[in-house]
Amino acid sequence: MSGLRERVKAELANTEKRRASATATWGGHQATVQQWRRLTAERRLQSLRERARAARDEALNHHERYLRQFAENVRRVGGQVHFAADGAEAVQQVLAIVRQVGARLVVKAKSMVTEEIGLRQALTETGVEVVETDLGEYIMQLKGEPPSHITAPAIHLSEEHVAEVFRRSLGEEVPVDPQAMTALARRRLRSKFLSAEVGITGANFAVAETGSIVLVTNEGNADLTTSLPRVMIVVMGLEKLVPDWASLEPLITLLPRAGTGQNMTVYVTAITGPRRDGEVDGPEELHVVVLDGGRSRLLGSKYQDALRCIRCGGCLDACPVFRQVGGHAYGSTYSGPIGVVITPLLRGGEAWELPDLCSVCGLCTETCPVQVPLHRLILELRADRARGVPVPEAPEPADPAMPLPGFSEAEQWLFRLWAWAWSDPARYRASTWLASRLAMPAARDGYLAWFPGPLARWGQGRDFPAPAVKPFHARWAELQEEGDGDDPGRPVSPGPDRVGL
Amino acid sequence: MSLVATCVVDILWPEVAVSTVRLLRRLGCQVSFPEGQTCCGQPAFNAGYREEAARVAACTLEALSGSEDEYVVTPSGSCAAMIRTVWPTLFADQPERQAAARRLAGRTYELSEFLVKVLRVDLRALGARFPATVAYHHSCHMTRELGVRSEPLILLDQIEGLRRRPLERADLCCGFGGTFSVKMPEVAEAMADDKLADFEATGAEYLVGADAACLIHLQGRLRRLGKTARVMHLAELLEQATRPGNAGGSAYDKRPASSADPVKGGAR
Repeated sequence: MSGLRERVKAELANTEKRRASATATWGGHQATVQQWRRLTAERRLQSLRERARAARDEALNHHERYLRQFAENVRRVGGQVHFAADGAEAVQQVLAIVRQVGARLVVKAKSMVTEEIGLRQALTETGVEVVETDLGEYIMQLKGEPPSHITAPAIHLSEEHVAEVFRRSLGEEVPVDPQAMTALARRRLRSKFLSAEVGITGANFAVAETGSIVLVTNEGNADLTTSLPRVMIVVMGLEKLVPDWASLEPLITLLPRAGTGQNMTVYVTAITGPRRDGEVDGPEELHVVVLDGGRSRLLGSKYQDALRCIRCGGCLDACPVFRQVGGHAYGSTYSGPIGVVITPLLRGGEAWELPDLCSVCGLCTETCPVQVPLHRLILELRADRARGVPVPEAPEPADPAMPLPGFSEAEQWLFRLWAWAWSDPARYRASTWLASRLAMPAARDGYLAWFPGPLARWGQGRDFPAPAVKPFHARWAELQEEGDGDDPGRPVSPGPDRVGL
Repeated sequence: MSLVATCVVDILWPEVAVSTVRLLRRLGCQVSFPEGQTCCGQPAFNAGYREEAARVAACTLEALSGSEDEYVVTPSGSCAAMIRTVWPTLFADQPERQAAARRLAGRTYELSEFLVKVLRVDLRALGARFPATVAYHHSCHMTRELGVRSEPLILLDQIEGLRRRPLERADLCCGFGGTFSVKMPEVAEAMADDKLADFEATGAEYLVGADAACLIHLQGRLRRLGKTARVMHLAELLEQATRPGNAGGSAYDKRPASSADPVKGGAR
């Protein structure tokens, strides 16, 4: 039960990391807010969002059809499609391809789904060298840590820290200067690109109409990953589909604006099949591994909206909780509001605690480019956890291997008792009377000096007012006498109205 | 109109409801207080306990439905949001209650929203005066669920002598968040510290808001840190600014009675 809170406390204690993360996410959020303002002024935002949402919903509502169409088209242009029910199967499929190729070196573009299935570790364990080529991801690989943000893996590191990581891992002195550090990484990565036999990427979108993979990137590393090695492997979640190129337009317009505040990323790359006769570059083989990993269970359920996510990271930047605790506190591949929503559903188990990391402020929902009602889904998860029924409307029952830990017995009894007391006016009033009397010994100057039961956690860092000895409902009769005339000087409930005064 | 005091105000900060009643009467409203009301059920709803929330909400729904008042007004953005946006969905399996909740949703308002949209008050005409610098905290549910953002500012800007200072990062939650504030107290405190830092940066004398729970959270943090900034509920500020003795702009006591400390009760 305490795993999450312990991680949170540890992250909160790391001031350097918190400062770097908070500054960068706030900057990202402000850039997105500026973009939304601009699009609102141009009267485009609402319609772009609705069209983006509609495109994704179309693909999700008719998922089987579009997935079949996508697979047929990938095969038609010479690619191979592999379906994986879970992460372990996806890993095995990739390992088999790499083994068949006889590859010793694999380069990777940034991909959250490969993080989700632990692909790099699995490949490394079989003796294959794997190199992350996205700069942030490269830094995290050198540091030996998972990414802390779905679009900005090293967002929590200061420039000084990155220089230190480079010094230690690459054995080369480098000034604390982003350009110099990038140049160093570029130099080191170039030889890897040239000698790798396999390149692995994720997918931002998969276009059913043509069987194309669309990658939205800034560094050009994905383009080298997909064009230099002889074999290319794409790992994608099965929710990444869009029906056609026309429906991609609003999504491509919104994704960079929501993610980094850019109008457009530096590269938008579409890959349709392996190299054809007469073409000078591109891979000889193209494999697409389509991962279910619990996703299909959400199709048709009340959580389907979460599959619409395009992984822009906008909700992470907006989230006031993420701002404080950073991505590692979540202990999951996906963090921030979208991580809070999908991790319990995909992974189960103790991930059901993640919805506690939300103050239900709704800024994520307001920011989301594809209208995922994130904070409402978080409330749904809490309700399911309270009822002990995960994904009740899903077509298949939840995986029995993913038990749902309920809320504590004490908490459940507290809410039951509360509902019994406050569902009746007389009992409610009696409870307020009782609370104020019980608080008397603890009250000093109108505040509690010590904190009973559920208030103990409040009291560790904040004061709490003592319940009023004369609550408002007990003052109403006097207020009525005051009448409608203006008589501001008249005291309502004269005398000490609060314990300890 | 019917007043929903809210449980937080009823028990922890009754002065807010007293101010609301006086203010509304001063503006010509007939205020009633349906006495069967307890709580809107929000703490349980946000924690996932929907059955428990519905049981408690039903009690308050019944109290409010019994009244023939034209409007329901509450000095809380999040309770108004609960009644207006959640209640109609909370009684999905109880058609009669759901119908009552829908009717109620159509006539329920947060205080500042009621003053601006329904009463269309002009506080200038009342000679409202409050010579102080004020930073207004936008609470989340009021802003994003109810869509009430400009109304409190419109009212504050009608008050003579009041200088409003915008809060940086105004969209960020203060960290209260219902049960979140006891389940993740360290995060809630860190969020409060950010909000309070932004408040201190404004140099304003008062931190004003329209949700008592957020303010109690922020005030609790301020007090624990030994700071003396003043937290005030919008209802209190508006009531004090519109007091008849104050309207002439004569000798006005710059220390509003109950606001040095939101919960400390006023020596009126």
